[in-house]
Amino acid sequence: MKIYISRDMASVALGADDVAHAFAEAGCDVIRTGSRGLFSIEPLVEVETADGRIGYGPVGPGDVAAVLDGTHPNLLGRIDALPFFAGQQRFTFARCGVIDPVCLDDYAAHGGWKGLDAARALAPQAVVDAVKASGLRGRGGAGFPTGIKWQTVLDALGDAKYIVCNADEGDSGTFADRMLMEGDPYCLIEGMAIAAHAVGAHHGYIYIRSEYPFAIYTMRLAIERAAQRIAPVTLEVREGAGAYVCGEETALLDSIEGKRGQVRAKPPLPALKGLFGQPTVINNVLSLAAVPFILSEGAEAYAAVGFGKSRGTMPVQLAGNVRHGGLYEIGFGITLGELVNDIGGGTASGRPVRAVQVGGPLGAYFPPSMFHLPFDYEAFAAAGGLIGHAGITVFDDSVDMAHMARFAMEFCAVESCGKCTPCRIGSTRGVEIVDRIMAARPSSQSVRAEPVEALSFSSRKEGPSTGSGRTGEGYIDKALYSRSPSRIDTSLDAQSDLLRDLCDTMKYGSLCALGGFTPYPVLSALDYFPEDFGLTPSVQEAAE
Amino acid sequence: MDEFIEGWTAQHGATRDQLLPLLHAVQEEAGHIADAVVPVIAKALNLSRADVHGVVTFYHDFRRTPQGRHVVKLCRAESCQARGGAAIEAAAAQRLGVAMGQTRGDGAVSLEPVYCLGLCAIGPNALVDGRPVARIDGAALERIAAEVAA
Repeated sequence: MKIYISRDMASVALGADDVAHAFAEAGCDVIRTGSRGLFSIEPLVEVETADGRIGYGPVGPGDVAAVLDGTHPNLLGRIDALPFFAGQQRFTFARCGVIDPVCLDDYAAHGGWKGLDAARALAPQAVVDAVKASGLRGRGGAGFPTGIKWQTVLDALGDAKYIVCNADEGDSGTFADRMLMEGDPYCLIEGMAIAAHAVGAHHGYIYIRSEYPFAIYTMRLAIERAAQRIAPVTLEVREGAGAYVCGEETALLDSIEGKRGQVRAKPPLPALKGLFGQPTVINNVLSLAAVPFILSEGAEAYAAVGFGKSRGTMPVQLAGNVRHGGLYEIGFGITLGELVNDIGGGTASGRPVRAVQVGGPLGAYFPPSMFHLPFDYEAFAAAGGLIGHAGITVFDDSVDMAHMARFAMEFCAVESCGKCTPCRIGSTRGVEIVDRIMAARPSSQSVRAEPVEALSFSSRKEGPSTGSGRTGEGYIDKALYSRSPSRIDTSLDAQSDLLRDLCDTMKYGSLCALGGFTPYPVLSALDYFPEDFGLTPSVQEAAE
Repeated sequence: MDEFIEGWTAQHGATRDQLLPLLHAVQEEAGHIADAVVPVIAKALNLSRADVHGVVTFYHDFRRTPQGRHVVKLCRAESCQARGGAAIEAAAAQRLGVAMGQTRGDGAVSLEPVYCLGLCAIGPNALVDGRPVARIDGAALERIAAEVAA
């Protein structure tokens, strides 16, 4: 009997290996797939029957007999018929969770390599034109049109050209790159081979963060197996070393070159002088993985879906304190509220949603009053936020937004590459200011509701004090209060003005998005949740 | 270590862009990158010692001192915080008897922060000796503590 069980890192974290082992012991033919993308039903077991694959989940290692005789209470039926999946438009993730990720036959049988074959039958310019016509924009967060980037590299002169895949998915609340690399690695390989043909490159790098050991393993294995299929193009994986800033494209290039991952000043653009000084296409995993569909199904089919200037689909990731967390690929234009409440089912703790952070540590915090926002690059930018990599982190009403603003500054201080002053020094000064605000706010505000007990246990005991490393308060304390507090006006109003002023400096003065976008979570917390900072809502916000 | 580095560069090349892969390999082999190894690496790749030192100290992954026999990497990022990560962090430090970012006196366990493992809908999450663990609660912490004690 054929049994399908995910080997995605999230499924394994929930015990999928033990479940797979138990089914194998029972004599089943266990096929390890990627994850379907809904984690509340993991570990998920699918049994092949005459009526198709029937799912059960969550399933434990002791449930083998009940699943095999069909009496297990967590019977889900056909997975693609579940509401969470029936509403999706899976262009990029069509195969993820369905096939054996590293089986070449499976990939070919499910439409794999059609895009590469179509591309290689075309002239490079025609491939670039197709990507332009699809309206595909960079899925890493900046939203720059992919086709225009490719055109620049195609037109550039260089001894060698490179394709670099940015798989340094460091944003909390995002896991789409990881899921794709673990669940359908050939899709990314095919996208990179198409990009190589389009711009005249022969070698490509996939830079994967070290926190993703499963993705590194799967991609290396897949590259080895697909080597003949994509020849003469060659690919290799480079492993990151725990620096968030290496997700910034020029820092990533320096890191591949063996240097400290520091941001480069632009110009020159990486498209003209990128890796080793040569013209380089650097794209996010999801941008490159969208390309095989565009070439095989046509640019029109991709562009037919979407909203405004945001064409195609976005694999949205529902994360944090959300009931039905997971990956939901859908055309742009769906509202934030539909995603959080209708699809995500609200919070996992059962308490009201108070805030959602969209786009990772550098994205804005929005209250439920902003849930009418359509998922669209321009709409989010106009609202003072960003889509980023389309991760949505949900918080319930126990969240202290001043603490989250402090964390944003602290994270920036820990991860700053140190090259530019607004980011390197501004972030530490930002932590100090938020600390002064938290010290000055009325005590009733310092702890909001009870902590999230449904998801953790409620021990609030203080741990041993922290001394060094990337460890938050202990790390920052050394740098704190280097100026005498007695010379500073520590009133709430003065400090919040100072915080806004600092954010302005960081936003416009930083070299890259780390320092430049850290103000988004800080200012949005201040604007939408002033009561957490001990401030009264302004008239403008109250009117909204 | 000299022999290991020589063998590694013979196999993978000694160009500058091999520095990070070599540092990963040295750390995998020795558990950490001792200051005494830095000149050897510098010589092997024809770089200055300062250059190699700068790279080692830039990346959070590279350790200059040995770590514990067991390593618990606990996520501190927003999605895990939204699911009670701060309380778990405090409890983990208490239960394991080691501060975040430190190695316990007896060398049994290191507790290290990590910013996102990409398991953001099922937190709080950790990597325990490289094995992913999700939905960490009090009971899961007890299991981790028992594993570390073994």
